[in-house]
Parts: sequence; C-alpha cells; structure tokens
Amino acid sequence: MDIFVVGLSHKTTPVSIRETVAFAPERIGDALGQLKEIHCIAEVVVVSTCNRVEIYAAADRAEEGVEAVTLFLAHYHGLDAEQLSKHLYVYQGDEAVRHLFRVAASLDSMVVGEPQILGQIKDAYGYAVEHGSVGLIMNRFLHKAFSVAKRVRTETNIAGNAVSVSFAAVELARKIFDSIEGKTVMLLGAGEMCELAARHFINNGVKEVLVANRTFSRAQTLAQEFSGRAVLFENFSDHLHQVDIVLSSTGATSFIIHPDQVKRALRQRKQKPMFFIDIAVPRDIDPRVNNVGNVYLYDVDDLQGIVKANMDERQKESIAAEEIIDQELLQFKGWMGSLEVVPTIVALRQKMERLRQREVEKTLSQIKNLDDQGRRAIEAMSQALINKILHQPTAGLKRAQKGSEAQPYVDVLQELFELEIEAPKGEMKQVDQDLDEH
Amino acid sequence: MSILLYKVALLMYALATLMSLVAVVRNRGTEGRRARLLLLLAFGVHTITLIVRYFEAGYTPVTNLHESLSFFAWALAGVFMLFDLQVRMQVMAAATATLVTVFMLFGSLMPMQTQDLNPVLDSFWLPIHVGLSFLGSAVFTVAFVAAILYLLQERMLKSKKFSALHYRLPSLETLDRVNYRCLKFGFPLMTMGIISGAVWAESAWGTYWSWDPKESWALITWFLYAALLHGRLTVGWRGRRAAIFAIIGFCFLLFTFLGVNLLLPGLHSYNSMSG
Repeated sequence: MDIFVVGLSHKTTPVSIRETVAFAPERIGDALGQLKEIHCIAEVVVVSTCNRVEIYAAADRAEEGVEAVTLFLAHYHGLDAEQLSKHLYVYQGDEAVRHLFRVAASLDSMVVGEPQILGQIKDAYGYAVEHGSVGLIMNRFLHKAFSVAKRVRTETNIAGNAVSVSFAAVELARKIFDSIEGKTVMLLGAGEMCELAARHFINNGVKEVLVANRTFSRAQTLAQEFSGRAVLFENFSDHLHQVDIVLSSTGATSFIIHPDQVKRALRQRKQKPMFFIDIAVPRDIDPRVNNVGNVYLYDVDDLQGIVKANMDERQKESIAAEEIIDQELLQFKGWMGSLEVVPTIVALRQKMERLRQREVEKTLSQIKNLDDQGRRAIEAMSQALINKILHQPTAGLKRAQKGSEAQPYVDVLQELFELEIEAPKGEMKQVDQDLDEH
Repeated sequence: MSILLYKVALLMYALATLMSLVAVVRNRGTEGRRARLLLLLAFGVHTITLIVRYFEAGYTPVTNLHESLSFFAWALAGVFMLFDLQVRMQVMAAATATLVTVFMLFGSLMPMQTQDLNPVLDSFWLPIHVGLSFLGSAVFTVAFVAAILYLLQERMLKSKKFSALHYRLPSLETLDRVNYRCLKFGFPLMTMGIISGAVWAESAWGTYWSWDPKESWALITWFLYAALLHGRLTVGWRGRRAAIFAIIGFCFLLFTFLGVNLLLPGLHSYNSMSG
C-alpha cells in the first residue's frame, strides 16, 4: 500500500487556476464519494483551502492512483487534464508523507507558522471520516500529521513572533508595559489600520479607549463601537497624559504631536512610560518624540522592519522544524513497513503450513501399518522443520522493520513465494501478538 | 566540614548558573524550572554550610572576607528567590545566579579557616548589624541586575534594533517595578543596618560615629539611595534614570563592602583578608 498526494498550492499555481480547482465545503462530500468509487484508490482525503487543493490517498499502486486522481480533478472541474497536470505536483511514499507533515506544521504556508492550516486539515479529515473515505492508513497518517504539527509548534519558535504590523505593535507594548490590561489607548484619526490595531489592543485587555477625529461624529461612532469615549480633536493634547498608548493615523500633512507636548504630558503623569504608534503616511508624530525619556515611538517602517525580522526568524526556526519532521517521518515509515511485514510473515507461514499438511497427508496415506506414535512423530518432524526454516527469515524481517528497511525483503518474499497479502484491516495488534507467541 | 560543604554549594551554584544560562539561550521553560530547583537546592546546602560553620566557629560567621562573601552570596540568592516567587524572570535568574557564583568563587579564594574571634566583635550586635547591612546590600544587588537588564531592553526598544535578548527579557515596566520594590525593601534594611552599627559603636568604641572610611562610604551610598527614593516618590524618577541610579548605587555598595577593606584601613579593618 502506497501513500501519494496530488495537488497544487500558492507556490505552484496562480489564484486564477486555484479558484477553479477548489472544492467548496458543501461539495467535498460529493468529491469524496466519487473518489471512493475509483477502484484503485483505497482511502482518500481532500484538502481544499484558498491557498491549496490537495488530494491525499492510499492505493496499491501509486502510479495508477495518481493518474486516476488527476483525471478526476480535471473532469470534476471541467478542465483539460493535460493543461491541469502542468500545475499539479505529485509526491509518493516518503515524499508524500513529508509533504503533509510540512503543510500541517505550516512550513509550506504563505506566512510560515500561521495557525489556520492545521485547523483546515483537521476539517478535511473530519469530512473524510464523515464520508467513510478513510481507513487504517489515512487515520494513522492524519493523526500523525496533527501530532507533528503540535510538536513543531511547541518545540520551535515558528509561530513565536508577530508577522503583522498591528500584532507587532501589541507585542512591543508587552515589552514596554507590564501587561496591556488596564492601559488606556487613544486613537487619533480613524483609519482602517488604526482601527485594526485598536481592536488587537482591546482584545488584549485595554481598559479604556479615547477617540479623536477631525469629524467629531465619526469619532463618536468609533468610540461607541469600542465602548470608549470621543474627545474633540482640537483638545486631544489635553488628554495625552491620561493615555499610555497612542495610535495615530490622521491625514494631517505635518506633525501633529511634538516633543514639547509629550514632555508636558509625561511630567503630568509622573514619567509613566508612553508608547506612540504612528501609522500615518505622511507621519503624524515628530520622530524626535522618541528621544524623550520613557517614550517609545514607532512608525510604519519600524513596525514593518520588525515584521520582516520576525518572518526571517520563523524561516530560521523552520530548520529545527524540518528536523522534527525527519524524525517523525522515520517513525511513520517504520509503522508503514510493519503494515507489510506482519502480513507477509503470516502469509508465508500459512503457505508453508498448507504445503506441510498436504505432504504429511500424502506420506501418511502411503505408509501402511503405522501406529499412533509414528504418525505423531512425522507430524512433529514436519512442524519442526518449517519452524526451523522460518525462524531466521522471520527474525530478520522484524529486525529490518525496526530499522525501517523491510520493504525490499517484503517485496522479494512476496515475489518468490507468490504470496497473496490481504490488506490489513485494523487488527494489527492481534497479529503482532500472535507472532510474538511463535 | 563547613569548608567542604561550601565547596559543594559553590559547585551547585555554578551548575545552576550554567543551566539557567542554557535555559535563557534555548528559551525553554522546563529547563528554567530545573535550573531554579537546583538553585534552591544549592541555597539549601549553603544554608546548612552557614549553620555548621556557626557551630564550628562559635560565632556568627561574618567576621572575615571569606565569611562575608559567603554570607552575602547566600543573602543574594535568598532575596532573589523571594522576588522570583512573584515574577518569574528567566534572564534575571541567570544573571543573579552568575553573580552569586562569582561571589562564592571569590570567597573560595580567601583563607577559609575559622579563627579565634576578635574580642571587639564578640557581641550580639554582630549578627544584627552585619545581617541587616548585608540583606540590604543583597536587595540592592537584585536592583542592580534588574537595572542592567532594563538598560539593555530600553536601548533595544529605543533604537528599534532587537537581538534575541529582547524576546527573552521582561517588559520595561516589570524591570522598573523590581527596581522600585528593591528600593522599598533595601532602603529600610540599609538604614537599620547603619543605625544598629552606630548603636553598637557607641557601646564598643564609646562613640556613635567616628567617620572611619566604611562609615563614610556607607553614608554616601545611603544618601544616593535616599535621593533615588525621594525622586521616585515626588517627581516620578523611574525607568532609565532609576536604573542608572541603581547601578551607581551598587558600585558604591561594592566599594563600601570590598574596596574600603582592601584599600582604606580603618576601624572596620578586622574584616580584611587576614581577618
């Protein structure tokens, strides 16, 4: 049994194609149903987000499966299969496993470390479970992917620092103030960015919001939205000393906050620190404000610089994440190998046993005048013989399985002895125990 | 016996330092907790060391440089762990553990044997005066560590150039609060230390104040911290200014503690290397 994936993502395909191939949530069930009908596909999961469409499947022969899935994708969306396959990537075996692990751990995302993708894969798996399109292999595979993603998240700093300007501002505030809870924020101007940043601050527990805008009514609506209070734009300076964080994005053409104002406010508030965030272009706040003691001023470029640095940091952390994925991949390979090893051993034994019984019967029917003791001796001898013959290959296979390199042996055994292996059905543990008893 | 224990404690402090530094570099909470546990154990062994030495020597072991360094390191570790109960700060733990280890190491380089007690010191004022003074100094040392970290963090926030340390350090307000708390606890301790010294001096030397170098430098240091406390309470000196004050104050403390003994002979001189 082989795992493979056929898909396309933001890395390989422009959005104009992605949107034609995407599956709306309400149609995934239908797609899973059709995929299940394809005879060479044993298990299947469909992941469809705005950045990627991927079909993970298990099949006896991966090549056949890949072809079938590609055709399905083209037919389902009414596209030309040849055209479509130019955009598709295909991974088989280890590479397919690694791919899902990387996707789930958010290493393949547009913003490395973003948390949504894991939820989206969980949803995709949920649909597959609901429609009965997954079995032993996909269940294990997807659960493994979730645990890999969790390990990466907790053991590396991949999702550590903010990668958006407004989150970066909140994180900076956390390095200036004890906590954001109980602090007061003033919004100057009512730009979209400003609103977004304010919302982040409110979500993090800001106590009070003051809004000042040239159009007072706009300030009032916004204040109402944040359950804060509106102040006259002309008077905002009088309120400076009451606020800890100032978010500014007015359309003013020159500076509206000067060092002197800030110094005055600071004296009034006994030098308690202030954090100014200037998201306006052109800037609202004189950059010299940053030189005032206990005052920290960040403009758009500063924040974007932080975002850039954080993204680089995430890239660096992704190296550690790849190592974790390597380890987990090896483990999963071991398990996949065991799927083949155990049934192979069982099949080999059964085959030998059948041969033995046939030969023993033949022999016994040919010898006349044999007493019970003689019969038992022949039975025992034949039994011992196959046990002796099978002992070393069985041990060797198990050893190879531990080192995740059983595949070639399994292939050769199946080929040479013409073994027929049934697909495992979830009672692996039982088989394992049976084997241990031999 | 107490010397052997001292060496064990030193080794454990060094290990705890190493572990907490590793925890800072790798930014892992579990390692940080283990380092703290080891620090606590080292402190425990050190406490036993002091008790054993008390019985071996027959007096409070704060009479020569080795004993003083040992007691001071012990007080620093203890005071830090009390502060740490409130706010866990990995970098603070690493920096303080380093300082403790350095003081312990210095202590191990001094003559460590117990000697007969100088009769002047044979008084119940000895543990009171020295204990209060050293506890105060230990608290101010914690303030010093917080101040250094504050300046590092503040410079990064002002210049907008962040090193990995930025993410590991606590917020400015937190560090500043440590500074203030230390001042609130350290200043009364130091004041009582000086007053108890004066009272003892009156009974031992017949005069409250004799302007010996240790007394003078202690007074200068006291004025420094008094100024900081005053500034904080009235005009809101905080942040960078408070941090710089805490650092200067610590330098004066260190000089009062060690420099005066080594460089300026005076009435307090029984506390030098030879004892």
